[in-house]
Amino acid sequence: MTTTTARGAAPARKATGTGTGDAAPRRRRRTRSDLRVALLFIAPAMLGFVVFYLVPSIRGLYLSFTEYNILGTPKWIGGANYAAIAKDPLFWNALGVTTQYVLINIVLQTVLALGLALLMHRVAKSTFIRGSLLLPYLMANVIAALLWFWLLDYQIGIVNNLIDAIGLPRIAFFGSEEWAIPTQALINTWRHMGYTALLIFAGLQAIPQHLYEVANLDGASPFQTFWKITMPLLRPVVVLVLVVTVIGSFQVFDTVAVTTQGGPINASRVLQYYIYQRAFTESDFGYGSALAVILFVILALVAFIQMKFLKGNESDLD
Amino acid sequence: MTTATSAIPAKSRRINGRRRFNWRRAGAWALVVLAVAVSVLPFYWVLRTSLSSNSALASNASNLLPADFNLGAYKRVFGLQTAQEAMAEGGSGAKIDFWIYLRNTVLFAGITTAGAVFFSAMAAYAFSRLRWRGRNAVFSLFLATMMVPPIFTALPNFLLIKNLGLLNTMLGMVLPYLFMTPFAIFFLRQFFLNMSREVEEAAMLDGAKHLRIFFQIVLPNAAAPIATLALLTFIGQWNEYFWPLLVGNQENVRVLTVGLGVFKSQSPQGAPDWSGLMAATLISALPVLLLFIAFGKKIVNSIGFSGIK
Repeated sequence: MTTTTARGAAPARKATGTGTGDAAPRRRRRTRSDLRVALLFIAPAMLGFVVFYLVPSIRGLYLSFTEYNILGTPKWIGGANYAAIAKDPLFWNALGVTTQYVLINIVLQTVLALGLALLMHRVAKSTFIRGSLLLPYLMANVIAALLWFWLLDYQIGIVNNLIDAIGLPRIAFFGSEEWAIPTQALINTWRHMGYTALLIFAGLQAIPQHLYEVANLDGASPFQTFWKITMPLLRPVVVLVLVVTVIGSFQVFDTVAVTTQGGPINASRVLQYYIYQRAFTESDFGYGSALAVILFVILALVAFIQMKFLKGNESDLD
Repeated sequence: MTTATSAIPAKSRRINGRRRFNWRRAGAWALVVLAVAVSVLPFYWVLRTSLSSNSALASNASNLLPADFNLGAYKRVFGLQTAQEAMAEGGSGAKIDFWIYLRNTVLFAGITTAGAVFFSAMAAYAFSRLRWRGRNAVFSLFLATMMVPPIFTALPNFLLIKNLGLLNTMLGMVLPYLFMTPFAIFFLRQFFLNMSREVEEAAMLDGAKHLRIFFQIVLPNAAAPIATLALLTFIGQWNEYFWPLLVGNQENVRVLTVGLGVFKSQSPQGAPDWSGLMAATLISALPVLLLFIAFGKKIVNSIGFSGIK
């Protein structure tokens, strides 16, 4: 934006390319020459976009209206898959189980991360501490799952040994229906807590310090400062965190796949695991695609509602 | 929740004298230390278990040091034990070789990172430096793909890779990630937009073409954010599980995450090979741990929504 002098001084040759252009005829000529270069620069990404994002999205939607077992050709059956899903108890179970997972996970994770971010902002801004808190997030879901599968083992896991030592009954974290989903949510909370805290921490750092000074001079209590300054100004960041983590949580798969595999019975058969089973274990690609479309729609709705009601794209900072 | 008053009062109190604020601050510190412990200590427990023997683990469950210290678990994981030896030490005896998985993961994460970052940088250049009709529309379309849940495209992509005869090949595994990731384009475009154009304009006056400007000016100037992006992409790819599970489940292309899942499912049901599993887990985590030790600061500082605003 600040380079108008250089551009103004440039002779109107083709080679002077990129500027926003000041005279209409010149702009047209530039646009044309840039388009050719742009096509070159964008070609690989465009190829990837079309082949692995755009076409599959359309094909996925098409497949959801077909019966297809991978062999042979897809057979168009209209909305039959969707009608079947509406009456599929396993789908409703998966939706319920996933929702339960998302709720536990998001509430725990957001509250803990917010507290942690405030603590860090107050006493510990060191990179070492932030790094340590981030460590679980950098590990694969599979690693987090196996790690906790061992720590939470019923027989000799350290956590159950500690529970036993203080005189409480051992908990079948992975083996009981009531614990299967909370356990998955706890593992994910463990993995994401530090990362989320760092995101919120970054938001806290962006709040101008002088606001706190003014509040302090006016004799505001810490409680008032928190609710009247910190929270309103932090809201856009928290909303963004919520949107991202809720969307991510709905797609839980890895930890379930390596630990409980949907069980015991149906207790942890989350949506994405159910889709995986229908499409790949039972080779029912049409049905699996329809389930994936539904998951997509749910995610879009959830994101839209959150942005709308929490006004995530408006900042109070002016 | 009284922590929002931040550093200012703490500082002023420090001038007045240390005593008054100490216990409150200590409480806050204690919570931070607790959070750090919860984040880090489980990894020590993995290490401790991997250096123990399965038979000693049960009877000596809570000692902080390895129970019956030995490296059997690592030998087992790298396929250096015979089936009999492995079974005697509590393993499944099934063939397992994490060297191959390690190699495959390095290839998978390395190739996809190199491709995605390079091609995304080119695209980001076109989205930030070149003027062409439909630029913003195309960019929005690219961005919109960030909203599509991966499983939605994974099913048709699996069919495509299958029809191309690329199941269980490295090419089939890397192709969908090779040309771009929406995040990478977004991330780099944001950075390019904020970069000063003066050097580029000067080079352009000298008759430099876009390709030369891209390679000789833009890329070197953006080395730092490109390195950060590459680091984040590499770690993300290293941890990828779903797609490699779908198209690369055979030994020759199996990556660590998938290998871990297979190892766990082969482990004897009643008495799992805990030390072997934890050795395998640690091996899978180690490269990321090393990257983190080397570039921790870069990674930590990249966390924030600064790029997404």
